[in-house]
Amino acid sequence: MSYKLPKYIPVERVEIDTIGVEERVARLNTRSIKKESKVEALKMALTMMDLTTLEGKDSEGKVKQLCYKAAHLHDVFPGLPTVAAICVYPTMVATAKKALGNAKINVAAVSTAFPSGQGPMSVKLDDTKFAVDNGADEIDMVISRGKFLAGEYSFVFDEIAAIKEACGKAHLKVILETGELETLDNVRLASDIAIAAGGDFIKTSTGKVQPAATLPVTLVMLEAIRDHYYKTGIKIGMKPAGGIAKSKLALQYLVMVKETLGIDWLNNELFRFGASSLANDVLMQLVKEQTGVYQSLDYFSKD
Amino acid sequence: MAKKKTDTTTIEPLKFSGAWDYAPAPESTGHIKLEKRYGHFIDGKFVEPLSKKYFATYSPSTEEKLADVADGNAADVDAAVKAARKAYNGEWGKMPAAERGKYIYRIARLMQERSRELAVIESMDGGKPIRESRDVDVPLACAHFFYYAGWADKLDYVSPGRKPKSLGVAGQIIPWNFPLLMAAWKIAPALAAGNTVVLKPAETTPLTALKLAEIIRDAGLPAGVVNIVTGAGATGAAIVNHPGVDKVAFTGSTDVGKIIQKAIAGTNKKLTLELGGKAANIIFEDAALDQAVEGIVNGIFFNQGHVCCAGSRLFVQESVADEVIRKLKDRMQTLVVGDPLDKNTDIGAINSKEQLATINKYLKIGVNEGAEIYQPKCSVPSKGYWCKPTLFLNASQSHRIVQEEIFGPVLAVQTFRTIDEVIEKANNTPYGLSAGVWTDKGSKIFKVTQKLRAGVVWANTYNKFDPTSPFGGYKESGFGREGGLHGLLPYLKFD
Repeated sequence: MSYKLPKYIPVERVEIDTIGVEERVARLNTRSIKKESKVEALKMALTMMDLTTLEGKDSEGKVKQLCYKAAHLHDVFPGLPTVAAICVYPTMVATAKKALGNAKINVAAVSTAFPSGQGPMSVKLDDTKFAVDNGADEIDMVISRGKFLAGEYSFVFDEIAAIKEACGKAHLKVILETGELETLDNVRLASDIAIAAGGDFIKTSTGKVQPAATLPVTLVMLEAIRDHYYKTGIKIGMKPAGGIAKSKLALQYLVMVKETLGIDWLNNELFRFGASSLANDVLMQLVKEQTGVYQSLDYFSKD
Repeated sequence: MAKKKTDTTTIEPLKFSGAWDYAPAPESTGHIKLEKRYGHFIDGKFVEPLSKKYFATYSPSTEEKLADVADGNAADVDAAVKAARKAYNGEWGKMPAAERGKYIYRIARLMQERSRELAVIESMDGGKPIRESRDVDVPLACAHFFYYAGWADKLDYVSPGRKPKSLGVAGQIIPWNFPLLMAAWKIAPALAAGNTVVLKPAETTPLTALKLAEIIRDAGLPAGVVNIVTGAGATGAAIVNHPGVDKVAFTGSTDVGKIIQKAIAGTNKKLTLELGGKAANIIFEDAALDQAVEGIVNGIFFNQGHVCCAGSRLFVQESVADEVIRKLKDRMQTLVVGDPLDKNTDIGAINSKEQLATINKYLKIGVNEGAEIYQPKCSVPSKGYWCKPTLFLNASQSHRIVQEEIFGPVLAVQTFRTIDEVIEKANNTPYGLSAGVWTDKGSKIFKVTQKLRAGVVWANTYNKFDPTSPFGGYKESGFGREGGLHGLLPYLKFD
């Protein structure tokens, strides 16, 4: 299959007013999600989760455990969905793929010299191809933030387009690492470049840089996705990642998605949470909604 | 994953409902204490009206009666003015300024303590969403008392070198759109400056003013310093025409403002009027458009559009008009219309049957004038008074919906091409209360705002209020300023 590289066309800059964004976020956060709409949203959040382990000390044993957790979130609570994907380093893709077996859970691999992106193009392409060859369904790449901040947008664009080609059938999520982009104007520009270059998803962060995902950054990215939809009819996905550990925050993200992009984005084809500890907090809330009491975290398996 | 290329002309609009709809999240009302019947608050206590008459106040969202309140006549007003005069000549007038400040601080703190109760009653009696009464009306009302409390012993610095003196008895008449907040805007500076007060809340929304009377009583404010008389237009006229009143402050319609100005012509009464408006909200092509859309929504749909400074005329530069309107329509679909006490409600009930009739009259006028009407698909409760958020696209400067104040959630949209054109059109109105300008260019903000004939001009935001900032209008929007140092001037005279 041949993929024609898109040609870089300078992306039009879109003005972002930071204070206005923060006010909109504050207003969205006043939405009160109770009772059945809360339970529905918590279950939805589980289906959208990319259960993640991205550490130097990751081993096959750790990844296998996480895969089991992904398919069996909390077996004492019947009727729970599975998560959307497991997110690991490329070297763990084969292990994860095997451990997941027939479960309908994707394997996502971070690539392109994750998390810094400071590697030569050849390494980034090999990194990606290795993950895809091992069976990765999704590739989470990082952009070259140094080049972006230096104004070399065509470099950033070409790199994304090349990785997209290397992905083949695998879906491409483009990590902007918004914590290093500093301004919301930059977040918007990077989003537009990533979408134009062929990203299927745009993703906030690696989780290795603070701040990771924030609601204002996510709102700006969702607005980029919306504007792209109205220009082309194409629906790009969104993945906030890093720092989303509590159910309440997850609900705030879902409210934002619903009121910015609408209900078509409320599924794991178009929205994901990148998180390692969110799942257990959501499970705890679901159990509480059913029984009326909070259980200790000791009742929820770590991996 | 679905990734389909579509012809841009056939792109479906985004869908905002039909899945994961929010469950009701009503604020509880169990903690609210309302009497069956309220008298006037005169000389430090609630008293039966001399008129012997009462009228009912209703919830505009349920049409249920909330309480009976006294219908004040000239004799009631006379008793209130006499109590105010006695307090002015007595304890209050002789009190050291710093002590006066302490009382005002105490009112502010008690209001904060009872803020939840005040917010719920405000939403029940007036129909505004609890999100607004809780996050805007009540905190701002408290802030006004806190701010002016600080001025009480610093009046010598209002106009350095000149010795300020209080006026005496202030007669104050406030509207139904921000019942508690307007009471705070009126009472706080009057007290800080050393005056005493006779205040009349609007007949459809008297309850939070009466709750404020309870707080003032509990604060131990000397009897007669603040008197609250309820009633309709005739009660207001009795205050305006009472010879014992030294100053009249009115917020309300331009028509009534004109009557008041005629009535006090030839007297020594000082007057401030804060009247209607038809503000221009101007969106330039270089604005941050998504945030500007939010500003349009805040400008016109805040408090059901019952806001004198509402951004009711939208001017969008032609080059971005289609995009802005599309974004605005999408945003309007996410506005929740309904029960004011639900925490997710964005647009509550129209304040009264009469006001709903007025708004509906203008909706008809707009359609007949040929403007294109847009309302999102949303359901409204069967009982109560409701109006969906409304756009009139392709409106013209000569349309009545562009020229006249509607005082509802109705936005007239026009496009423009150049800066000069939009300034000319924005100023082409009998009103001059407020305006909004949206552009990412700082130089353009200064150029445009200097030429807009409006008392308040917001840049890249809308409907922002702060007790330190003066507020008031030009032309038929009135005169005099409330808020800030300027807000003290109407309550002081200088040697």
